[in-house]
Amino acid sequence: MAQKIKRLNETPSQTAGPYVHIGCTPSFTGIDVYNNDLGDSMVNANTLGERISITGTVVDGAGMVLRDTMVEIWQADAAGVHNSPQETRGVADPNFTGWGRSSGNAETGQFRFDTIKPGRVASRDGRLFAPHITFWIVARGINLGLHTRMYFAEEVEANAVDPILTRIEHQNRVPTLLAQNDGKGSYRFDIILQGDNETIFFDI
Amino acid sequence: MTKNSGYYHRDRNWHPPAYDEQYKTSITRSPNFAPLSFSTGISEETGPTFNQNILGPLDHDLIQNFAQPGELAIGPRIIVYGRVTDQDGRGIAGALVEVWQANAGGRYRHKKEGYLAPLDPNFGGCGRVITDADGNYEFRTVQPGPYPWPNRANDWRPAHIHFSVFGHAFAQRLITQMYFEGDPMIWQCPIVDTIPSKKAIKTLIAALDMDRTVPMDARAYKFDIVLRGNRQTVFENRLEGL
Ligand SMILES: [Fe+3]
Repeated sequence: MAQKIKRLNETPSQTAGPYVHIGCTPSFTGIDVYNNDLGDSMVNANTLGERISITGTVVDGAGMVLRDTMVEIWQADAAGVHNSPQETRGVADPNFTGWGRSSGNAETGQFRFDTIKPGRVASRDGRLFAPHITFWIVARGINLGLHTRMYFAEEVEANAVDPILTRIEHQNRVPTLLAQNDGKGSYRFDIILQGDNETIFFDI
Repeated sequence: MTKNSGYYHRDRNWHPPAYDEQYKTSITRSPNFAPLSFSTGISEETGPTFNQNILGPLDHDLIQNFAQPGELAIGPRIIVYGRVTDQDGRGIAGALVEVWQANAGGRYRHKKEGYLAPLDPNFGGCGRVITDADGNYEFRTVQPGPYPWPNRANDWRPAHIHFSVFGHAFAQRLITQMYFEGDPMIWQCPIVDTIPSKKAIKTLIAALDMDRTVPMDARAYKFDIVLRGNRQTVFENRLEGL
C-alpha cells in the first residue's frame, strides 16, 4: 500500500478587514477600475425558475447591524444543478450564474440578492436536500469566513427530511436557517453572529 | 479517471479562532456556538468560474490601473507573484485572485478611512488576476505602507496586501493577507497574532525574490497560496496529477 502522502497546510485565513469592498466591489466604493462589480447580477431575462429576492442584515453580538460586510451566495439552478465544471449530475441553466455577491447598502447594511428559487440537490448518499442557498460572510472582526445555509420556511416537508436540518442537535435553533417569504417572492434572511438567535454556522 | 469525493476538513487549529480578545472587533463578531461539522457535498464542491475575458488589460497592474494617462502610482515598485495550489500540490487553474491594499503612505481610498497620510491621486488600491493552467498568478503594484488603527492604544498594521481567492469549489473560498519578509511590525500585530502558530504565520510572509526582480524597474515578492484539497476516488489505477 502506498505510504501516506504529505499534505500541505491550507493558507491560513485573515480577516477581510474594513476595506474588503475596495478589493471585491470597487465600483460600490467609487473606484472605477473594472466595468462592474462581480456577482452583482445572477439572472437575466431568460433564466428559468421562480424569481425571488433575498434581503437581510448581518448583526453582531451587541445587536448592531454590520455595514462593512461582504456576503456571497452560491446555489443550484431551478432544476437543482450547479453552473460549475465540478457539477457531475447535469448541465445547468446557462442563463443563471448561481453566484452572487453583495456589499450591503452603505447606510442600512442590508444585503440583497435577486435570484431564483433553487431546485433540490442530492446528498452523497442519494438523499435529497431541501432547497437551500449556501452563504459565506466576511467582515472586519471575522477571522475566518463564515459558512451557513439558507433554507425556505415554506418547504415544510422537504425541510423535515433534509440530511443537514435533521441532524442538528439543538432543533430549537433550526429557525435561524429558515428564510421567511412575504408571499410575493421576497425572502428575509438575517444573519446573527452571536447571542440570542445566533445563526447556525457550518464547518464544512 | 478520478472523481472528487469530498474536501479535506479544515484544520481549525491552523486558522485563527473566531474570538481573540486582542483583536477587539472579533469579540462581538465571533459566534459562541461551535460550528456544525459535516462533509462537503455537491453544494460546496462546486463553485463559480471566472473567464479571462472579464479582465481588463491593466486589472493586474495597480501602478497603472487607476492612474491618469501618463502618470504612475507613487511608491516602491514591486511584482507579487506565486502559485495557487491545493493541499496535494496540484496547481489550480482559473482561480480568481482579487487584491486590495493601502497606498505607499499607508492610506486606503475609502470614505471611512481617516489616517492623515495623503491619498495618491494615481492609486486606486485594487487589482485582480486569474491563474494560468499551472495555477500561477502575477501582479504589479507599489509596496503598501504600514498604518495605525484603532484597537489597543498604539496598534499598527504591518505592510500587507489583502487577498481574496476562489478555487474550484465554494468550500475553498478564502480571504487572507500577505506580509513582507523582514518587516518587524508583523510580530507586533494583533491581527497577525490571531493565527495560533508561528509556523502558520510564516506561510503568509512573502519572500523577496531577487531572481524575479526586473532590473531598474521592480523588485519581486513570492507568495504561494494553498487552498483546500479533495479526496479523489480513483476509477483507474493512479491519482490524477501524481
Ligand atoms: Fe488592510
